Formats: sequence, C-alpha cells, structure tokens
Amino acid sequence: MSTADLETESPTSPATSMASSERRLGDSIFSWLSIGSGLLIFLTLAAVAVFLTTESLPAIVASREFSGTADFSLVQYALPLVFGTALASAIALVIAIPISIGIALFISHYAPRRMAATLGYLIDLLAAVPSVVYGLWGGIWLVPKLEPLYVFLNTYLGWIPLFAGEPTAPMRNLASASVVLAVMVLPIITAITREVFLQTPRLQEEAALALGATRWETIRTVVLPFGRGGVVAASMLGLGRALGETMAVLMILAPGATFSLHILEVGRHNSIAANIASKSAEASGVEMSLLIFTGLVLFVLTFLINAVARWIVARSGPKS
Amino acid sequence: MNPRKNQLVSLAALGFAAVIALTACGGTADGDSGASDDSGAVGGGYAELSGNLAGAGASSMANAQTAWTETFKGLVQAEGGDITVTYDPTGSGTGREQFLSGQVKFAGTDAALDEEELAASIAVCGGEQAFDLPVYISPIAVVFHLEGVDSLNLTPEVIAGIFAEDITTWNDPAIAELNPDAELPGTAIVPVHRSDDSGTTENFTEYLSDNAPEAWTHGPIETWPIDGGQSGDGTSGMISAVESGNGTIGYADASQAGNLGTASIQVGEEFVDFSAEAAATAVDVSPREEGRAENDIVMELDRTTTEAGAYPIVLISYLALCGSYEDAATGDAVKAYASFMLSEQGQTVAQENAGSAPLSEELRTEAQAAIDDITVG
Repeated sequence: MSTADLETESPTSPATSMASSERRLGDSIFSWLSIGSGLLIFLTLAAVAVFLTTESLPAIVASREFSGTADFSLVQYALPLVFGTALASAIALVIAIPISIGIALFISHYAPRRMAATLGYLIDLLAAVPSVVYGLWGGIWLVPKLEPLYVFLNTYLGWIPLFAGEPTAPMRNLASASVVLAVMVLPIITAITREVFLQTPRLQEEAALALGATRWETIRTVVLPFGRGGVVAASMLGLGRALGETMAVLMILAPGATFSLHILEVGRHNSIAANIASKSAEASGVEMSLLIFTGLVLFVLTFLINAVARWIVARSGPKS
Repeated sequence: MNPRKNQLVSLAALGFAAVIALTACGGTADGDSGASDDSGAVGGGYAELSGNLAGAGASSMANAQTAWTETFKGLVQAEGGDITVTYDPTGSGTGREQFLSGQVKFAGTDAALDEEELAASIAVCGGEQAFDLPVYISPIAVVFHLEGVDSLNLTPEVIAGIFAEDITTWNDPAIAELNPDAELPGTAIVPVHRSDDSGTTENFTEYLSDNAPEAWTHGPIETWPIDGGQSGDGTSGMISAVESGNGTIGYADASQAGNLGTASIQVGEEFVDFSAEAAATAVDVSPREEGRAENDIVMELDRTTTEAGAYPIVLISYLALCGSYEDAATGDAVKAYASFMLSEQGQTVAQENAGSAPLSEELRTEAQAAIDDITVG
C-alpha cells in the first residue's frame, strides 16, 4: 500500500524532479541495489516454485491420476496430510489468537510502561527459541503434563467429536502438537497485534473516554475495530509459521494418515512438513518426488492463505 | 556441497597421482603387502594417504561411521598421512544413488545393491562391477515398558500377535503361558512402531513374517502397514515413546535399549536374550546369498534358525564399494578405510561406540580378500 502511495505521489513531488535533474552516483547505486533486492525475492520464489514443480513431475506423471496404473495416488497421499496440517494449524490459531490479543492489550493499554517493555521483550525472546527446542520440550515435558487434561476432556466432553475416540498414553497426538504450535506462533501474533493496537489514534480513544466509556468499552469500541485488520494479518503470519513447522511436529506427533477429527487419538494425523522430514531420509526416486509434490502442495496452500489474508486485510483495514 | 567436495577430492588426487608417479610403483607394492595381512592391524601405507574421501548412506551405521572416521583419521595422522573421511547418513537409498552417480566413493546401505544397480555401477566403477561387504551387524531388541516386569519370554507368534494388534492385554493367556513367574497386569498393550521408513522395521517384520507368517500377514515391509497407533521418529523417537507410556512395546537397535525391559525370544527350544555374540552367531549360521559374484558378500539371513544361542532379529548393513578405482589416491584411501572398518580393531571400535556385534573372523577374512582384489589406478 505504502509503495503505491509513493508512486502516485512521486511525479508531482518537487523534490524528486529536482533530484532527477542532477542525479548523484550514490543515488543511482542505492536505487539499483534496492531494485536488485526486490527482484531477488521474486527470483528466489520463482526458483523454489520451479524446483518444486520440476522435481515433483516424475511423481505426478507416474501417479494413478495420470498414468492410471500406478499403485499410489497423489490425492490419496496428499489429502490426509493437507487435512492434518490444516487442522493442527487451525487449532493452534484458535488457542493462540485470544491469548495473543490479551497479551497485546495488556502491554498496550493496561501494563505500567516499564513492565510493558519487559513483557514485550520476553515475548520477542519466545520467538527466538529454535523449534527443535520446542519439540524436545513438548515431547518430553509437556506431553505427560497434558495427559490428565486429555483424559478429562475425553471422559466428560467426549460427545464433542474433537474429543472423542480412545486416547492412549503417551499422548503424542495432534492436540499436543497444536498446543506447542500455539506457543510457537504466539510471539509473532502478539508482536504485530501490539504494534497495531499502539497505533490507535489517541484522539479517538480520548473521545471515547470523554463520552464516559470505561477502559474496556474504549477498547471494544475503538481499539479492537481499529486493529481488526492488523490482527487478521498477524494471525495469517502466525498461520504461515504453523503450517510450515517441521521439527516440533515431527518430534511430538505419532503420525497417521486419516481424516479423523479425534484430535486426542494417537496415530491419526500428520503434517506435510513433518512427513517430508521423516520420510526424506530413506526416500529416493519417485518416492522422493512424491514428497516434493507434497511440498508443492504446501507452497500453493501457503500462497492461497496469504492471498486470502491480504484480501481480508484490504477489506477490513482501518478506514481512517 | 558434494560437487565441491569431489573437486577437492580430485584435486588432492591429482597431487597424489603426481607423488605416486615420482615414487614409481613402490606405493602399490606397499599397499598389497599391508592389505594381505588380515590379522586386524592394517598398518602400513597410511603415511601416503591424503585428501578427502566422501561416503554416504544408511543412518543405521551413522554412530559407527563417526567412530570409524575419527579413529581412522587418528591412525593415519600417527603415521604422518593426512586424510579426512566423511560419512553423510542420508539414508540407504540416497546413499546408493549418490554412489552410483559417482558423487561418493563408497556407500553404506541396509539393502545390498540389486542386479540393476550392480549393472549400473560398471559405468562409475571403471568398468568393473561394484560389490557389497557386510560391515555392521546390529541386534534389534524387542523393548517394552511395563511396571513391575523387567524381562519376558516371547515366541515369534506372540510378538507378531502383539504388533498385529491381535493380542491386546499383557495378561493374555498366550503371554502368561510363556512367563509363569511374571506377574502380568491387565494393562492394555500399546505397540509402538517407527514412523519413518526404516531398515530396522524391515528386518524386524522380516523376522516376524519368516517365523510367524500366520500371525504376521503383512510380510516384510519398510513402512508400517497398520494405520494409526503409537509411533516414534527414528530410534530415539521410538525409545522415548516406549519410555513415556505404560504397557508399551517396541523394537529398536539394541544399543539404545537403555533401562527398558527387553524380551528374550524363542529360538528352537530355548529363549535367547539379545547380545552381540548371539547376533554374530545368527549371521555366522546364515548362508551367503546365491547368484552373486565371488567378492559380493551378501548374507541370506536365516531368521528361522534353531541354532543354540543365535539371536535372529539382526540388522546387517553393507558397504558398497567399486571393483576398481581409476584414481589411485581414491582407490588406496577406500581400500585402507574399508580394511580398517573390517579389521578387528575397527569392529571393536564400532562395538564400543555403537553397540554393534563384531563380525566373525571368517567373515572378516573373506571380506578382506574382496577388498584386496580391488584394482586401483
């Protein structure tokens, strides 16, 4: 958006017309550098797309869908993985978004300034923890701790499909993976949401307070509507991380390939990235190509989600 | 990464070839005399080794390879040579692929090269076929975690029944009958399998399908055939899954069994616990696979053996080598390193660091003869 604004402004702006008449060397070097950096992104993205497509071609050509004879099917292989990836990420977001908004509001509107700074710093630190460490922590420490909760959910809320089924210890199930994913996406969502909330026009907030609104009413009527687009964008970034997360899922989840909604059952789901990581060590030939195909699916999926997120942000962004 | 390594190798090889050319054929004569000495100490010829030697393949022998490459480097340096051997545990399939495309000079693999691969090897092996040598034998333990029980006697049928999910509780009569002294609780059995494709799974299921084809109907497979259930990624994932549950049972490289209970399995009339010796015995009583070249040593593991003291749930990993190496430096390095791995010292190093079972002397002698026959230059 901001680049678009600049472009529309530049022809009329007197500063740029002056600069263009007597261009300095530094200016042109810098402009080429930045254009180069911008192009590099496209090139990298294109290179990845080309790689994924060409490398997955052997599997696509040999699959049952195209050759009619092979003993493996692209859809049958990839769809449960897509389902598992999407379900794990969705649950992670459902857990993470409310908590993130809570933390962000606390930092931006409730906490004393010094505490807010410390808390913000801690949240950012959480983003710097490598995913392997989250995987170890989740697999060894968290999974046994969650067991009583799962048994409770299964016994008393088992009539909800999500909590139905027969959970068996160790609880290396999708729910555990989602909880760890939620912790991992929390810092991203919180950081962006906090920044957006801090951008709320001061005058609007003061106007709300002047009309007699309480702090909560101010947040509900001014801050949240203003930040809605930002929250959506932040969530989508978090979703991106959750979708592609590999190590933590790999180390926590006992995988399976079904469309089961029973997130407490073990060996029912798997994510695309974790599946690639675990299978690629011993895969070769068409098998490898099939794994790369699932990578392509994830690539497209992430692309689509980003597009949808942009569309939502554009539609519901701040109208000021 | 690999092409660059290869450039280095060939650069070093060029330099080495020059040295060889200057010193005439003294170097090769040395190599021969050193190699024919099969007592285990492969001394001699190390001083002239230099450069880099790259291998890749099975992750099963990754720990052993780490120990081998380090010890070997030390030995060579002690004699004044300087060589770096690297082993990339990319997996058996990838390792064989890289070997057949010439990216690496040797490969470790859980499955021996098949006919097609042997034929393809001629192109990269200077006109001679590649061959396999057994280099790493590892017993696979049946591990379980059940409170109050440390050891169990199990027959192949019962193990198959458990993993096929037909036997579902620990106090099932089939288990109780075999273990009259154990106090078996009514806990549900949770079988744990490997979630990644694994040579361990393949060897384990081959044992099940050879010994209990009626209870295990899925045949020998790399990818677990039963949907769902507990699983772990890699040996460590498997062990941690078995450890953190109760009533869990799995199979893993014996060196990683740790504090878990292990099952003694029925062989003939008796129950045998896993040990390096028992695993080596099982390999020794197995015939060689027929229809292969003289130097291509591949074992046809006899999983149904009734030999006393043999433990037939064993994983054998092979070393794939070229029949000839055009480049003298590479060839000498490969021969020296392979001889080292198969020497008594090499096998002991692997046993200490990776918990493998040392190859018998007979097998080592045969393998050494095959290495000596590699033509170099």
